[in-house]
Amino acid sequence: MPKQVQQLDRVIIRFAGDSGDGMQLTGDRFTQESAAFGNDLSTLPNFPAEIRAPQGTLPGVSSFQVHFADHDILTPGDAPDVLVAMNPAALKANLADMKPGTAIIVDSHDFSARNLTKAGYVESPLENDTLADYALTALDLTGMTVAAVKEFGLSRKDAARAKNMFALGLLSWMYGRPTESTVSFLERRFAKAPDIRDANITAFRAGWNFGETTEAFAVQYEIKPAPMPAGTYRNITGNLALAYGLIAAGVQSGLPLFLGSYPITPASDILHELSKHKRFDVTTFQAEDEIAGVGAALGASFGGALGITTTSGPGLALKSETIGLGVMIELPLLVVDVQRGGPSTGLPTKTEQADLLQAMFGRNGESPVPIVAPQSPGDCFDAALEAARIAITYRTPVLLLSDGMLANGSEPWRIPELADLPTIDPAFATGPNHTTDAGDPDFWPYLRDRETLARPWAIPGTPGLEHRIGGLEKGDGHGNISYDPANHDFMVRTRQAKIDRIADSLPPLDVDDPDGEARVLVLGWGSTYGPIGAACRRVRKAGLSVAQTHVRHLNPFPKDLGEVLKRYDAVLVPEMNLGQLSLLLRAKYLVDVVGYNHVRGLPLKAAELAEAITDLIGTTGDDVQTVVDPVETTEKESVR
Amino acid sequence: MSTTELPFPGLRGVPTNDEPQTRKEYTSDQEVRWCPGCGDYAVLAAVQGFMPELGLRRENVVFVSGIGCSSRFPYYLDTYGMHSIHGRAPAIATGLATAREDLSVWVVTGDGDALSIGGNHLIHAMRRNVNMKILLFNNRIYGLTKGQYSPTSEPGKVTKSTPAGSVDYPFNPVSLALGAEATFVARTIDSDRRHLTSVLSAAAAHRGTALVEIYQNCPIFNDGAFDAIKNRDTKADAIIPLEHGQPIRFGSDGQYGVVRDKDSGQVFSVEVADVHESDLMVHDAHATDPTTAFALSRLTDAGVLHRAPIGIFRQVERPTYDDQARAQIATAAQGQDDATAALGSLISGSDTWTVV
Repeated sequence: MPKQVQQLDRVIIRFAGDSGDGMQLTGDRFTQESAAFGNDLSTLPNFPAEIRAPQGTLPGVSSFQVHFADHDILTPGDAPDVLVAMNPAALKANLADMKPGTAIIVDSHDFSARNLTKAGYVESPLENDTLADYALTALDLTGMTVAAVKEFGLSRKDAARAKNMFALGLLSWMYGRPTESTVSFLERRFAKAPDIRDANITAFRAGWNFGETTEAFAVQYEIKPAPMPAGTYRNITGNLALAYGLIAAGVQSGLPLFLGSYPITPASDILHELSKHKRFDVTTFQAEDEIAGVGAALGASFGGALGITTTSGPGLALKSETIGLGVMIELPLLVVDVQRGGPSTGLPTKTEQADLLQAMFGRNGESPVPIVAPQSPGDCFDAALEAARIAITYRTPVLLLSDGMLANGSEPWRIPELADLPTIDPAFATGPNHTTDAGDPDFWPYLRDRETLARPWAIPGTPGLEHRIGGLEKGDGHGNISYDPANHDFMVRTRQAKIDRIADSLPPLDVDDPDGEARVLVLGWGSTYGPIGAACRRVRKAGLSVAQTHVRHLNPFPKDLGEVLKRYDAVLVPEMNLGQLSLLLRAKYLVDVVGYNHVRGLPLKAAELAEAITDLIGTTGDDVQTVVDPVETTEKESVR
Repeated sequence: MSTTELPFPGLRGVPTNDEPQTRKEYTSDQEVRWCPGCGDYAVLAAVQGFMPELGLRRENVVFVSGIGCSSRFPYYLDTYGMHSIHGRAPAIATGLATAREDLSVWVVTGDGDALSIGGNHLIHAMRRNVNMKILLFNNRIYGLTKGQYSPTSEPGKVTKSTPAGSVDYPFNPVSLALGAEATFVARTIDSDRRHLTSVLSAAAAHRGTALVEIYQNCPIFNDGAFDAIKNRDTKADAIIPLEHGQPIRFGSDGQYGVVRDKDSGQVFSVEVADVHESDLMVHDAHATDPTTAFALSRLTDAGVLHRAPIGIFRQVERPTYDDQARAQIATAAQGQDDATAALGSLISGSDTWTVV
């Protein structure tokens, strides 16, 4: 039967199931298909910290949300248009996020009495009016999958495991996704198990064919490719982009990379990725603990490598003392903190931005460290290169603050032209830089570059430059131990001045204020870039003016930040913490910024943030026009 | 000449110096600031005297230390050096030694630094067998913080922090190293320059982690801790010398020896007159299994020191962490000459699309 084709500009789908149901893989494949099709997209994986929580229970639910569109989008979306729920727990755990009218597809096979009880349902929601407000389609996905793959003689359990591919096939049909990449992916993934490979491919195709023939779905949807700047694109997650950025930093500086790391969620993928790329002169050292990871990295930096350590909040706490040593001995060191919910063990698999003050101040003494934060998954590549530039040029530890949302989320990424990448000059010291009173050539390890205040990086093996460094206070210039009061005061100020001077190398802030009429500025950092951008679009769509800027360098701040803040009547600072950037801005610029703070372990919701921006606009000036509720009228994000 | 031709596999890859070197070249211009009579002076003198004999290029020698009296050591040597943070020297040296095959890496640490705050890094460096030489100055006390008991102090020790006597049971550093399966484990004494130098030479020649425990007297906070083995009158009966291939015998007249109980595996010191001479153990430092070396390490007194084996307990070959890590990189890098082109293909991946 010929199906009707309906045009949509964007769709948000959430795949939800048990941790063992392969929902992350399903979502990832759907994303790759959408990327290959040319849609803009943004994803939000959401999974429990437990590897396999009890099957069929609410804590075991894993989900993957993908937002794809025919235009430029910024977030994984607030509320899905489609929920695919593989069992009762997945339905129950996600229903609260669904707006009325959401299409819900469930695997009715798993709505057994036992599974209903595990999810806390007294009676089946498929058989009462629980789902009356939604467009429910209940299908026996498991049953159809098992029937489709019967010929491969798998056990019933193995056969049923292919149901995620059946669901993927069905959704791929529904949204006209190209299927070749998933078929070739399955061929590669299960190359060593031909029966599993064939069963998965068959289930995937059966799902597609079911969509085409069933009367359950009368409409197929079309979401045209999004216009994007010319270039070659791929889909990429933040952790992968960050790992590639580090490798690029090695190539662009000519330095070997040395990663000292201890496994921790959500940073471990960077260790895994870098360990695969030894051919780029990348050494990965899985240390006995977080302290050894950063210690070995600093030791390698002393030897002339680019020392890197990757971690999350709890690990950063353990590395503090070594970062302090790095500040004192002034060697390049990259510290990557993929932030997660805290304090303590907190929410290991959820996102948060609450390590900013730890990064800024979490060491003894006056111990300034530059901080760089990427704003989107693809931007992790550029941010890693920028952090390496600062570390190498200024001979200092640098903190790169990613987060769980960036780490696991993905977006289309325009692959950079290699010729456009910055080159980084390590400028090792090669000879004496000083003459003794007796007229002999000498090497002073703390004689600084006049412009950057960086000290020379003299690596072992260089004759004539033998020197000792350490955590004790250094005498200015000669670098020998000094307990002199005036020298200490001078060195403390000099270390601070060196970090402050990094601002000389930073571009001015990019402030987006399309009509130039804005009285309110929304200022963010890190992964809130997407939600803030989406919220600003909603507000503008409703006829209001708002300016937006995003701070990439949290220490030092760009030189024009103070001036930008003072240009507006009010500044809103949305953060996934209780106001850490707000605190820094208020302290440094004496500007009474307004915080917008959520710590739910999830990205900020654009609709809620738009309301907050609108409310704040309402408090400024005296000529505020009558405002239409932006949430009602601009459910859809529009092209800027 | 490269050191690959030297009988020193431990220094393979480290460039050598054809010119003769002197102690003076290894002496920095910094004033040495240990207390008068400190055992550290003797070790420093031994190292400054022994380094020139290795014939290495001085710029390829690095000393890394932690925190404590002994950890000031690098300041006094005119090589590359890092005085790092408390307990972390083995971790820092691991990164340095792995990143740079051409360096001779030495770690200087103490009983508090290596065995208390840095215990974790010490055991992991030894199990990995990273190519570094660890000089563990054991004075059985905290000196720099002015006299608290350390993880090697004897039970019952009265110190500032234990006025009623310590109730901590001490580590035996040699037993600990053998338990971690360190490939080179030795013990020597600050005041025996010849023995100290011979052990350091053997450590330098060893490829992998070498752990050298140096009994070192603190004249201020723990004076006399090693009197039994230093006193001219008592040391012959107190020191059990371990020499590879030799029967283990000691005493002023060689009247004592070490035997092993065949049932329990335990070793004992006995009067030779009470046993057959053929029952005396012959020391085998090269035994692959560390069990016997461990048994010998247990002859050390845990309390006040009256008797201790001195010498090389274990000296065996095992692939080192850093050699293997570098080999993996060399293998992966084979045939790759253009890093930029490789980077381009890496970041592009296999699933791309083009927007025109």
